Amino acid sequence: MSEPLISVKNISVDFGSGKKRFRAVDHVSFDIRRGETLSLVGESGSGKTTVGRAILRIYPVATGSITFKGTDITKKLTSSEQRDMCRRIQMIFQDPMASLNERAKIDYIVSEGLYNFKLFKNEAERKEKVMKALLEVGLLPEFASRFPHEFSGGQRQRIGIARALVMEPELLVADEPISALDVSIRAQVINLLNRLKESHGLSYLFIAHDLSVVRFISDRIAVIYRGKIVELAESERLFEKPLHPYTRALLSAVPVPDPEIEKQKKLIVYDPAQHPYDKEQPIWTEAEPGHYVLTSASELDKWMR
Amino acid sequence: MKTNNTNIKMKLDTSPKNYGDILIEAKDVEVIFNLRGKKLKALRGAGLVLRSGETLTIVGESGSGKSVLSKTLIGMLDKNGTITNGSILYRGVDLARISREEDWLTIRGKRIAMIFQDPMTALNPLKKIGEQIREVIVMHCGLDARASRTAALEMLEKVGITDPERRYEQYPHEFSGGMRQRVVIATAIACNPEILICDEPTTALDVTIQAQILELIKKLQKDMGLSVLFITHDLGVVAKMADKIAVMYAGQVVEEGSVEEIFYDSRHPYTWALLASLPQLGVKGKELFAIKGTPPSLFKEIQGDAFAPRNPYALQVDFYHEHPLFEISPTHRARTWLLDANAPKVEPPEIVVKLREHLKKTTGR
Repeated sequence: MSEPLISVKNISVDFGSGKKRFRAVDHVSFDIRRGETLSLVGESGSGKTTVGRAILRIYPVATGSITFKGTDITKKLTSSEQRDMCRRIQMIFQDPMASLNERAKIDYIVSEGLYNFKLFKNEAERKEKVMKALLEVGLLPEFASRFPHEFSGGQRQRIGIARALVMEPELLVADEPISALDVSIRAQVINLLNRLKESHGLSYLFIAHDLSVVRFISDRIAVIYRGKIVELAESERLFEKPLHPYTRALLSAVPVPDPEIEKQKKLIVYDPAQHPYDKEQPIWTEAEPGHYVLTSASELDKWMR
Repeated sequence: MKTNNTNIKMKLDTSPKNYGDILIEAKDVEVIFNLRGKKLKALRGAGLVLRSGETLTIVGESGSGKSVLSKTLIGMLDKNGTITNGSILYRGVDLARISREEDWLTIRGKRIAMIFQDPMTALNPLKKIGEQIREVIVMHCGLDARASRTAALEMLEKVGITDPERRYEQYPHEFSGGMRQRVVIATAIACNPEILICDEPTTALDVTIQAQILELIKKLQKDMGLSVLFITHDLGVVAKMADKIAVMYAGQVVEEGSVEEIFYDSRHPYTWALLASLPQLGVKGKELFAIKGTPPSLFKEIQGDAFAPRNPYALQVDFYHEHPLFEISPTHRARTWLLDANAPKVEPPEIVVKLREHLKKTTGR
């Protein structure tokens, strides 16, 4: 097992202060290994996007540490460390319609990061980098002189990916990159992300609420509920044997594209009051190798059966 | 009675016997939008049949015309759009010919109601939830202030909002997305409509909330005897909701049939492609099946089959001649030359044929 690329330990993110303080992320820990895709799944308001943004240093953390390639990036960084971090962790956004500057040409959009970090010696090199990035995401180099409105949703999302790729990142935080796309385009973008992972040795933190996609794309899945990770496992294992009742409820809510299976399926509703947590505190437990769940001892017994 | 002159006052035939169980029959509907001097043909002869008590889902990618088709049913096309051809028969009235707003008001909201995708924009942020429901009731059912308030409270309860008395006085921003969608549903069904059109009602919601809203729509349908026209691009949702399915591509219905016929015995290559690109069917480490290219531009006149350039099964004839509608069973029809007697025999992709086996494997059920 290779050493983790990024290691998130016990981070919490607070909004507001004093009495109004709200803990959006509550002591979350996970690792992402090199070349791995870890998915963070949960409903809206569960804190999944906040975790992603904490990694990008958009939100300061209240507790814990995030170690990226051996450096704790929650501390104050020297400017060279800061630059390197910015470059190596890139983000892909959810809505390709809103995340591209409407007034800029694709050429500028893709090379904005290059300009900011002066990552080219001369104009020819910059042009070449842009061209290479566009080709890698399956767009034509001549698109560089066009504006975002001339592209379809799927193509725009590719531009968003090219913009991240051109910085030569190691970790991509993809915040619901396909939920705004159509079914037929969705498959194309998923394939592209998987291909880039292979060819560039990328790691992904994939934030999503659509479990059907998550299963296909990720190596491991973490389920987050109200700011806490409640379960983390290899993706196949999580689908085979979900332990936490919230995970089960989430899995049962995903519609299966088969009328017979779907019409017989029973919906499980998660009731957070079902846990006996007034008597015993839940702890992060390894239920079976590589399969972690937030539970108390007596509960785990019940779930494992 | 059969044909109505729109100059005379429009008359709905409410006796059920005349039309059997067919509520809406749209035929060859053509809609053209004027966009900055250019003409966009959003619907190119689309048709559908909605039967009483049934759920018909329309599936297709964005731009396929599924929303436009549903909007023609309640006279809510954007100002720059016109129905240039075809007919939409509803209880003896051709909805395609209604032009006066007061005529629409006897149908829209009262007999045919609609739920929209985004519950945030469908509600007025400055008005109390209860008042927004009451408004509909006063307008369409003509109840007085007190009776309409009671009716509105009943509606809130019906859509599963607890403590309706308190909730009645609240504003939309005090509701979560799922709760807001429940309110939108309450306004839609407040006057006992016959037909409920749902335009992607759960796309903006989480899976868990989505499941609850779908259950609610199903329950209401059963309790109130609604016929539902459900628009979505999620085939999982389709499997849950549909009795009948219409698959749309580039402004046409390319295949229609019962839910079993479409999922287990589909005939159109576009339907195959849609099914095959489901991420649930993907095998890890292999490429997911993806439909190549993008849908055609509807600004240009399309020659032959609109799907031909993206279709690996395309025949020579697809590029020149429009496909006719072939009937496979009384409920199952598809527009593809592959069903022609002279067409070569083509097997659908293996993954589609064994859809259920694959799903059982990947879902572990």
